[in-house]
Amino acid sequence: MTRVETRRVTTRPTPPSPIGESVPRRDGVAKVTGAARYATDMTVPGMAWAKVLRSPYPHARIRSIDTSAAKALPGVIAVVTAEDLKARGDINLYYGHALTDHPILADGVVRYSGEAVAGVVAEDELTAYEAAQAILVDYEPLTVVVDVEGALGSGAPIIHEKEAKQGFHRGFDEDIQRDHPNVCSTAVQKFGDIDAAFVGAHLVLEGEYRYPNSYAYAMEPYNSMAEWRHGGLTVWTSCQHPFMVRDDVSHVFNLALANMRVIAPYVGGGYGSKSYTKIEPLTAALALVAGRPVKLVLSIDESILTTRGDGARVRIKTAFEADGRIRGRQAEILLNTGAYAENSPLVARKSANRISGPYRIPALDITCRAIYTNTAPASSFRGFGAPQGVLPGESQIDEAAERLGIDPIEIRRRNVVAPGEAPWPKVRGLDADLQADLSLVAEALDWASTPQPSHARGIAISASDAGSEPVSTALIRIHVDGSATATIGTSEIGQGSATVMAQIVAAELGIALDKVSLLQSDTAAVAYDRSTGASRSTTIVGLALQDAARDAREQMREWAGEVWSAESIEEARGGFVVDGVHRGWGEIVGAYFAGDFGEVVGRGRVRKVGATKQMPPFWEVGCVGVEVHVDEETGQIRVDKLVTVGDVGCAINPQLVESQDLGAAIMGFGMALTEELIYTNEGTLLNGNIVEYRVPRASDMPEYIGIIAERGDGVGIYGAKGGGEGSLNPVAAAIANAVRRAAGIRLREAPFTPERVWQAIQERDAAK
Amino acid sequence: MPETIDIKLSVNGLAHELAVQANVTIADLLRDELGLTGAKISCDMQVCGACTVLVDGLAVSGCTYLAVDADGREVATVEGLARDGVLSPLQQAFIDHAAFQCGYCTPGMLMSATALLAENPSPSRAEVIAGIEGNICRCTGYLPIIDAVLQAAEAGAQR
Repeated sequence: MTRVETRRVTTRPTPPSPIGESVPRRDGVAKVTGAARYATDMTVPGMAWAKVLRSPYPHARIRSIDTSAAKALPGVIAVVTAEDLKARGDINLYYGHALTDHPILADGVVRYSGEAVAGVVAEDELTAYEAAQAILVDYEPLTVVVDVEGALGSGAPIIHEKEAKQGFHRGFDEDIQRDHPNVCSTAVQKFGDIDAAFVGAHLVLEGEYRYPNSYAYAMEPYNSMAEWRHGGLTVWTSCQHPFMVRDDVSHVFNLALANMRVIAPYVGGGYGSKSYTKIEPLTAALALVAGRPVKLVLSIDESILTTRGDGARVRIKTAFEADGRIRGRQAEILLNTGAYAENSPLVARKSANRISGPYRIPALDITCRAIYTNTAPASSFRGFGAPQGVLPGESQIDEAAERLGIDPIEIRRRNVVAPGEAPWPKVRGLDADLQADLSLVAEALDWASTPQPSHARGIAISASDAGSEPVSTALIRIHVDGSATATIGTSEIGQGSATVMAQIVAAELGIALDKVSLLQSDTAAVAYDRSTGASRSTTIVGLALQDAARDAREQMREWAGEVWSAESIEEARGGFVVDGVHRGWGEIVGAYFAGDFGEVVGRGRVRKVGATKQMPPFWEVGCVGVEVHVDEETGQIRVDKLVTVGDVGCAINPQLVESQDLGAAIMGFGMALTEELIYTNEGTLLNGNIVEYRVPRASDMPEYIGIIAERGDGVGIYGAKGGGEGSLNPVAAAIANAVRRAAGIRLREAPFTPERVWQAIQERDAAK
Repeated sequence: MPETIDIKLSVNGLAHELAVQANVTIADLLRDELGLTGAKISCDMQVCGACTVLVDGLAVSGCTYLAVDADGREVATVEGLARDGVLSPLQQAFIDHAAFQCGYCTPGMLMSATALLAENPSPSRAEVIAGIEGNICRCTGYLPIIDAVLQAAEAGAQR
């Protein structure tokens, strides 16, 4: 039986209405009636369809490609290879915001099974598919490596013979570092005297952990549609960062940003997997060659081959005092980044930052390397390098608690940083109260009571330095009838931005919610926003909207002063009191333009100054507890109870915060228990489909207690900060810790499949 | 041109006479020919439920159900759930419980739940879970969906 219960713990001041209210989602009617439009639903007149030929080989040289039979099929408009694109001279074949290592189509070599080799444009999708199958490619197979150890071993094939140029936006300051040709990027997090930390330690724990190659499974597959008109390019696409895609694609085609338009309608799931550029350059290139608008919709099986999450092998060593205090931690994280860099250099940076947790640690020595292998490229995925490190890190905290005879919650209490205290030098102090969050989870789990036989409870916590670049702008146009249109670059990916941003505008202008409309994610029409990711939108775009509302009010104060030769102008809800008379926004606009027309345009911006100067702009903490049951006969783990704390500062819309926390936790639950992309040593993906890659289903759900903690401690409006990832990061570790207490086994490789659990139980019994 | 087969079917109560190719699925017919893009294609192999529509009241996967097999039958899609602009109790319950985020699974989820409630107007929680087991939602963690279906069942019982 499943059950859901929510609790709210609030110590912040009361914000203006409708902030803090669970107003219904503004995309609700569209989404329950089938009216909501996604990129997959978009068509334009004259549109042709594209399909992609993919490599069956994980690593091979392309000797030749014969497209003649494909071109001869009726209904085929264009068949395109990398050679065709290079021959044009007006396309840069390689793209990539971190490293420009990714060719639009394979350039003489394929680096993973499933890599795009050729594109076909035809009058209909089936013809395009049949033509793609008619292309003959002569491959010369090369040695294959699929795992990180192999890629760094002697005799490993070199996956990128030429070193790629750094991209236009890496998301971190230092240059890309490589100490081996198969290293895509290295990140280091080092301070204190690590040798001294280990020499005098009471307890030193060492272990090796593995986290799976994963797939976000956004249910809307990667798809886009491109149209060239009047020297410019328009791309409709299912993406999180329309402005980043605009910038990337404009580099490919040498276009001025003004001539490049990206439109992201409702996005059918992202979870990080639709951050940055995917198939947009290919779609646009095919449209350019074909001279027609082109639509390319990948299948889910192809989407799995387009972007997955980084798997990890982690070697970790932590030194403790007798009282459980951490003296130092050393770790080597190897991320399986696949064939192309995508956003993995930043994932590596964040994984190195996040493995130490929200703890006061005197010495750290962490190296994380993103490793090229002959597997599908890995990139951003919700949690962003955190879960890979939280599983080992939080497992060792529990292991130390057990060895030292300290309660798992108590040992964390002795180590967590206090509010305002920075876990490492030169970063913002923690804007969260984890001592209090631990108490909330302990209470919800009834931690002190004795669980039933074969049941046990476990907890884990995490802290992520939000990768939220404080770079956003927003416009608010207040019309002569007093209603307002806000334009923002944040995409509605399901997180609820369309609702939350409207609530913010209504509150800041003091007008009714139904008088606010939003225009989102059309780079030709809305104000610049860097991205929709890293849990940033509510915090960063919220501040930009607040700033835009302030700017609009300031202009109208001037206008009111001029129009009515006012002596006193006072703030009021929905307008100003001008010499004792309430004048609404619309009235001020109309009076200024001397008629029933005109508008005021408020401009807002956020950048790395003032409150948002110090990075990270906020911390996203996670605090998760579970109760599990282990079936020793089958090795099946059942999670009976799940508790999360959404430590979000101020919940602009509590129902949406609950949604994010539960959804995030269940995604972590999938990665902990069932989800793993399995490659053979020969480079074949064995389960690249949704039958064999098993994501959680309704019958898997535990009882759930979702707690929202609002202490007004974030940098965002009314003390808000980001959510939606924190409750994913500790889930695998919390389950592993509970399983240890239930069955006496320490699980070090996720997912914790029945086979792995059963095996561990046999090893436990053999050692007795 | 490939051969076509003449079929007659009703979609959300509206009669259609169409000539369709034998390999066209009901999801493609609805989306590409009739402009009803509510049903979504995701896994394309009958396991995720995003393309679920009702044929003579039975929930089927539109991605694998051939359009010609709908000849002489009544097809219902998410676009037909609201009547005269009034949401069905199930649709309203989905909004009340925020039983969706990205919304891509929602049309299929609603149709599966509609079929469930037509067959079993007051299901237990376990029966609701069984009824939507064939529909994947990657955003919500299902619990709000289960609660929404139970609320709709209760609303139906009160009418």
